[in-house]
Amino acid sequence: MTESRPATAAAAHEADSSRAVLRDALVLGGNRIPFARAGGPYAGISNQDLLTAVLEGLVARFGLQGERLGEIAGGAVLKLAADLNLTRESALGTPLDARTPAIDMGRACATGLESVVHVSNRIQLGQIDSAIACGVDSASDSPIEVTPRLRRTLHRAFAAKTPLQRIKALGAIRPGDLAPVPPRNSEPRTGLSMGEHMALTAAEWGITRQAQDELALASHQKLAAAYEAGFLDDLVTGYRGLGRDQNLRADSSMEKLASLKPVFGVKSPQVAEPTMTAGNSTPLSDGASAVLLGSAEWAAEHDLTPLARVVDARISAVDFVHGEEGLLMAPAYAVPELLDANGMTLQDVDLYEIHEAFASTVLATLAAWESEEFCRHKLGRDSALGSIDRDRLNVTGSSLAAGHPFAATGGRIVATLAKLLHQRALETGRPQRGLISVCAAAGQGSVALLESVTS
Amino acid sequence: MPTPASSAPPRCPDRQAHRPSRPARLLRREDRPEPVLGPVVVLGDSAGADQVARLLLSWGADVRRRFEELPRVGSVIAVLDEVSAPDQLGPILLPLSGAMRSLAPGARVVTISRPATGEDPSRDAARGAVEGFVRSLAHEMRGGATANGILAADGVALDAPAVIGALRFFLSSRSAFVTGQFLEVASEAGTLTEDQQQPLAGRTALVTGAARGIGAAIARTLAADGAQLVVLDVPAAGTELARLANELRAVPLQLDVTSGGAGRRLVQFLREKSLTLDVVVLNAGITRDKMFANMTPDRWDPVIAVNITSQLSLMEALLEAGDALGDQPRVVSLASTSGIAGNRGQTNYAASKAGVMAFVDALSLRLADAGGTANAVAPGFIETEMTARMPALNREIARRVNSLQQGGLPADVAEAISFLSSAEAGGIQGQTLRVCGQNIVGR
Repeated sequence: MTESRPATAAAAHEADSSRAVLRDALVLGGNRIPFARAGGPYAGISNQDLLTAVLEGLVARFGLQGERLGEIAGGAVLKLAADLNLTRESALGTPLDARTPAIDMGRACATGLESVVHVSNRIQLGQIDSAIACGVDSASDSPIEVTPRLRRTLHRAFAAKTPLQRIKALGAIRPGDLAPVPPRNSEPRTGLSMGEHMALTAAEWGITRQAQDELALASHQKLAAAYEAGFLDDLVTGYRGLGRDQNLRADSSMEKLASLKPVFGVKSPQVAEPTMTAGNSTPLSDGASAVLLGSAEWAAEHDLTPLARVVDARISAVDFVHGEEGLLMAPAYAVPELLDANGMTLQDVDLYEIHEAFASTVLATLAAWESEEFCRHKLGRDSALGSIDRDRLNVTGSSLAAGHPFAATGGRIVATLAKLLHQRALETGRPQRGLISVCAAAGQGSVALLESVTS
Repeated sequence: MPTPASSAPPRCPDRQAHRPSRPARLLRREDRPEPVLGPVVVLGDSAGADQVARLLLSWGADVRRRFEELPRVGSVIAVLDEVSAPDQLGPILLPLSGAMRSLAPGARVVTISRPATGEDPSRDAARGAVEGFVRSLAHEMRGGATANGILAADGVALDAPAVIGALRFFLSSRSAFVTGQFLEVASEAGTLTEDQQQPLAGRTALVTGAARGIGAAIARTLAADGAQLVVLDVPAAGTELARLANELRAVPLQLDVTSGGAGRRLVQFLREKSLTLDVVVLNAGITRDKMFANMTPDRWDPVIAVNITSQLSLMEALLEAGDALGDQPRVVSLASTSGIAGNRGQTNYAASKAGVMAFVDALSLRLADAGGTANAVAPGFIETEMTARMPALNREIARRVNSLQQGGLPADVAEAISFLSSAEAGGIQGQTLRVCGQNIVGR
């Protein structure tokens, strides 16, 4: 704890007792820019510009001009080395008080959700009263590096004391060293891309093309309907002439999706019938998102309506390197742990937000929870978690429709779910609980539980 | 016309010569903050003239009733409220002739007269003549000086709020790009604004189409005049809108005004934010120019939908809501000189803008019971991103075909709107004020 010591014994007692019970970390709202396809309208715009824009939109929406917040946490997955303080630098470009601290975070595609969990922990502990969790990624402006050999040679040249030594060092450069190195698209330990990994998992679980296309179509239709209903009016701020997600196809159909050729698992001997297409996989995307969180007192002081509280979160990782588990299956392990810790069954959840990295990711995860064998042997449970009511899954669409700028996805989901839970709690008069599941590169998964707040 | 006298100030060129090729730099609020450019000469000998002279004295102005040997004249107010025959104009107006060369750069000439009523041919002739005089004088003004007129309806005292407000507007630098125009004051409605630095303090204003160009300038001017702003634009312009909102500490609202239920969403938003609107500026507008022979529904329909139909539906929703508008609401809509005079290639746009002018007239009747007003502002050539894309030659011609020989700035349009949004302007109803430097097209 970094707080100053209470001045009196009574205050000390009060402070101690308040620490014994964690206070609520409340989701107060969010903002994102429409997600664009890589090479689209945001091509050539830096992560910092995208993140600054999304923070400016958040500040405008909630009237935070000049506010000094407790912390801004966020990050990018594809990040330039020079962006070591990406979040802080972005915050400095906004009308927020320049004394607002910021931290850069990273857990691949779970960066956004992890940032929310990080700041909500701080708020629950009383370390801060207000925060923004954010994330950004630009597949259009991803870092391109030099080869390790060229890098080392250049460092030797820079360190040289005499011009002759410098020339000698630079003389070691070979033509092959000069080729640029684009960001790695594959898992370093397996050499397989994420899509190739997922294709193996999909084949293992027997996820059909039909089921994947149906999920993709539903995602587009539900997101389009949400836009039409004005649900995203206070979640999205247009950017660079884009008012809606560029990837969204309101007029998509099963026929159109069925006409696409598989792109993953095509050459894999373990995949008998490739099923994953550009239609049922997320595209490379550019975008940014932010979530505003605060304590109940801070929300009241700022006349903001709390939507939901962050109840709990879990993380897990799987050993995909040795083929024991699929790369993107970690959330299948983290979710039961989270539910157990909160005394809930899978069916107690009112709304499910399972990040659609690929349609097959969602379907394989659901299949695993329905599988007696998986739940007994891999999770060590007595029985399967069971199936879920699919009408309560990704009810306003997810990444297949919106796109997936890696670190921005968590913020998109948290803000969307918080608003949904709040609305449904008002409609039904009952508290609503929502589950978020996000898979990430390197076999990791982050999951969180939100609960509606109505005043 | 008299020949130039040797005592003429060097900055006033020979009136007989060709127009100077360089347009005068217009003095705007930051250049000339004082409300009246002095000395001010009040012409006329009616009781109304005395009333106006006393008013200006109370503002601290250097007020004279004759030109005498003044080397420099800042403002001239010709009070013609009691003229009953055309031959009565000369004695009041002709003294100004000898002073034309003494007018300071950015000088102001304002006439105050009454509109023709059809009751008395001789009186109407005199009253009608004022219009021809002012419009011609405006053409002859130099150095960024302007000439405008106030038409106070019979029975409206010359110290009525809107007469004073209009006089204040025309005399100030806020009317820099308004010349050759008339404002009619139909009633004594409205209340005088105490705080002239923040005339819109305590009032909430909605500006549609606020993210860019003239809309952003309107929002900035209304905010500078003390209003709390709700800025609205389409979702695609959301981030520009957010930046403006941050700059002005305004409330942003992303909404396509042509979408179904836009009015309902606006009302719902206002209720959520506990806001009532005292000022509504209907600025959102688009152009889809095409010669009529090549006009297609995809160019005609959106222009009608954005420029006029959306205004009808938004106002309908705001009026129906019952709790969305404050006391004495002010509605100002954006018309265009194209809507007055027509413009080649703009049948759709001109139709929509002419529609706006008729709309505000009708709307003002509906708002009158609540002490509200509806008026329009018709910009001429304004320097914006949109006009910057015109072919260079066309742009230069468009700039030059007005008495001030230059394009106006978005802020000039905003100033007129801010005035019409003020509490003082309550007696001005259903009118269209041109902000065009007296563009040669139309009246």
